[in-house]
Amino acid sequence: MANILVIAEHDNAALKPATLNAVTAAGKIGGDIHILVAGKGAQAAADAAAKVAGVAKVLLADDAAYEHQLPEDVAPLVVSLAKSGYGHVLAGATSMGKNLLPRVAALLDVAAISDITGVASADTFERPIYAGNAIATVQSSDAVKIITVRTTAFETAAAEGGSAAVETVAGAGAASLSRFVSAELTKSERPELTAARVVVSGGRGMQSGENFPLLEALADKLGAAVGASRAAVDAGFVPNDYQVGQTGKIVAPELYIAVGISGAIQHLAGMKDSKVIVAINKDEEAPIFQVADYGLVADLFKAVPELTAELDKR
Amino acid sequence: MKILCAVKRVVDYNVKIRVKTDQSGVETSNVKFSMNPFDEIAVEEAVRLKEAGTATEIVVVSIGPAQAQETLRTALAMGADRAILVQTDVETQPLAVAKVLKALVEKEAPGLVILGKQAIDDDCNQTGQMLAALLGWGQGTFASKVVPADGKVTVTREIDGGLETVELALPAVVTADLRLNEPRYASLPNIMKAKKKPLETVTPDSLGVDVTPRLTTLKVTEPAKRKAGVKVADVAALVDKLKNEARVI
Ligand SMILES: Cc1cc2nc3c(=O)[nH]c(=O)nc-3n(C[C@H](O)[C@H](O)[C@H](O)COP(=O)(O)OP(=O)(O)OC[C@H]3O[C@@H](n4cnc5c(N)ncnc54)[C@H](O)[C@@H]3O)c2cc1C
Ligand SMILES: Cc1cc2nc3c(=O)[nH]c(=O)nc-3n(C[C@H](O)[C@H](O)[C@H](O)COP(=O)(O)OP(=O)(O)OC[C@H]3O[C@@H](n4cnc5c(N)ncnc54)[C@H](O)[C@@H]3O)c2cc1C
Repeated sequence: MANILVIAEHDNAALKPATLNAVTAAGKIGGDIHILVAGKGAQAAADAAAKVAGVAKVLLADDAAYEHQLPEDVAPLVVSLAKSGYGHVLAGATSMGKNLLPRVAALLDVAAISDITGVASADTFERPIYAGNAIATVQSSDAVKIITVRTTAFETAAAEGGSAAVETVAGAGAASLSRFVSAELTKSERPELTAARVVVSGGRGMQSGENFPLLEALADKLGAAVGASRAAVDAGFVPNDYQVGQTGKIVAPELYIAVGISGAIQHLAGMKDSKVIVAINKDEEAPIFQVADYGLVADLFKAVPELTAELDKR
Repeated sequence: MKILCAVKRVVDYNVKIRVKTDQSGVETSNVKFSMNPFDEIAVEEAVRLKEAGTATEIVVVSIGPAQAQETLRTALAMGADRAILVQTDVETQPLAVAKVLKALVEKEAPGLVILGKQAIDDDCNQTGQMLAALLGWGQGTFASKVVPADGKVTVTREIDGGLETVELALPAVVTADLRLNEPRYASLPNIMKAKKKPLETVTPDSLGVDVTPRLTTLKVTEPAKRKAGVKVADVAALVDKLKNEARVI
């Protein structure tokens, strides 16, 4: 059986959790799992990858060209590794994975399979289409399968317990097509949206960014991440990386609380696999109630502070 | 600078799609089709660059059935100058679309290609990246700001952690995200004018591109449905349910 290459998502110091979901998906395909860490000064990330349960080998490509992991630079490296004998290349369907893997696939002249939610066999996968309103089962006839993995559909592999060897591989150098200029990352003490156990999201009903502290107070009580609908992001209430939905982030927490969100299909696509859904909306006809386990028809400006206070009592 | 935009005809985002009972796909007869919303944003960006004097000509391309002409006319009404329909009734996959676009780029020699970040039907989010790879160009995906100047383009990208800005050598490929702009509605006079703008029809064969699919769809099924739950009377009842029934807090 051919080996599987998982592309690590990392910041040179630590692994991002999406890598662990991709490892679990790889485990369902079958074959030795190798992780590629391409970065600059990324030994710590490689060491972390070596500890992931189920990983047979870590490849570390440490090169100044990979500091910001731009796809123009990383793709040629992945292509040369893929040609050396991998049957599958996987990454999380994150902004990084979605940016990189289609480029790799085209260079290999193979299809890419986006956002899989299930592994039927080594060449057959399930993936949602039409904002998750249909599930397609697709079979690939290509020699190498290039796949991004929907992180909410696969558990995270254990971050500890493995003891893989770290092997150094040479970098492919810079492609000189692109240059990193800057990053403006949202800083937050709260858990990361896609990994949080509880998510509290606000929509257009919040009326302004100044009202989001209402949700943040509730989120802090629950140890939750804060998300938003597209309407709230478009209106500038919160940054773009808060958006949950078909074209934003996909989340599946144990508890999702939708506040002042109507429940458009594009929003539902990003949260309908949550274990328990709560909706707070003043319109009893709002479609969000059709997917909510518990619906509260109320004015959010009254209900949210009340809920925060009620949790305080415990 | 010439700009090439790719526009896809998709089932309108307001349509509640239905899976066919024989599991061969989704019902697309008698449903409303429109331009993929991300492609409207791509065309709008090109038109704004032309209005700003940065772009000189906008060519729009669609790969698909004869009806994709309507999608192209919409783009022409928004302000594109010329359209190319690559007509095929085969459902084309992203790699094939990227190969067709590459062939057209080689003919048209644009300085910038703008696509949508993802088509809302198949949700692949692949085509722009694949095209950039095939051309050996840089890619500015999920763009929320695009500033071409001095043989380069600076692209601000919406990424999971926030925003990232990269600089790409031109020519380059950009894919549009939601916050890049708000597309205009075509005015009636512009819709009339668009009817007279040139629309050329070619085929993948005439471009020498093999569009044979690499992926076979074995079946299309409905996802598990979520049942609506209960309405609770007040906040206290909600907390009680979350604590004692769902046990999530
Ligand atoms: C191509 C495309 C992609 C998209 N991608 C996404 C996506 O990824 N994610 C996403 O979320 N959307 C997405 N959308 C947008 C989506 O179609 C909806 O427009 C959006 O989700 C609506 O956001 P909303 O529910 O906050 O706003 P609205 O639909 O305006 O709903 C606001 C709700 O707040 C309630 N409300 C108002 N005031 C109060 C109050 N005081 N107390 C309680 N309730 C109140 C109202 O009753 C209403 O139900 C996309 C659309 C397109 C075309
Ligand atoms: C149920 C079902 C079954 C299918 N079965 C098959 C099959 O068996 N064989 C097969 O070949 N195909 C099949 N298809 C179609 C095929 O999967 C899609 O058309 C293809 O995957 C395109 O993906 P995308 O549009 O999501 O690309 P994305 O990469 O998401 O598109 C990004 C951007 O690329 C551009 N773009 C994409 N397509 C075009 C286009 N046609 N013209 C102009 N610009 C474009 C647009 O700018 C778009 O915003 C099937 C589709 C469905 C829904």
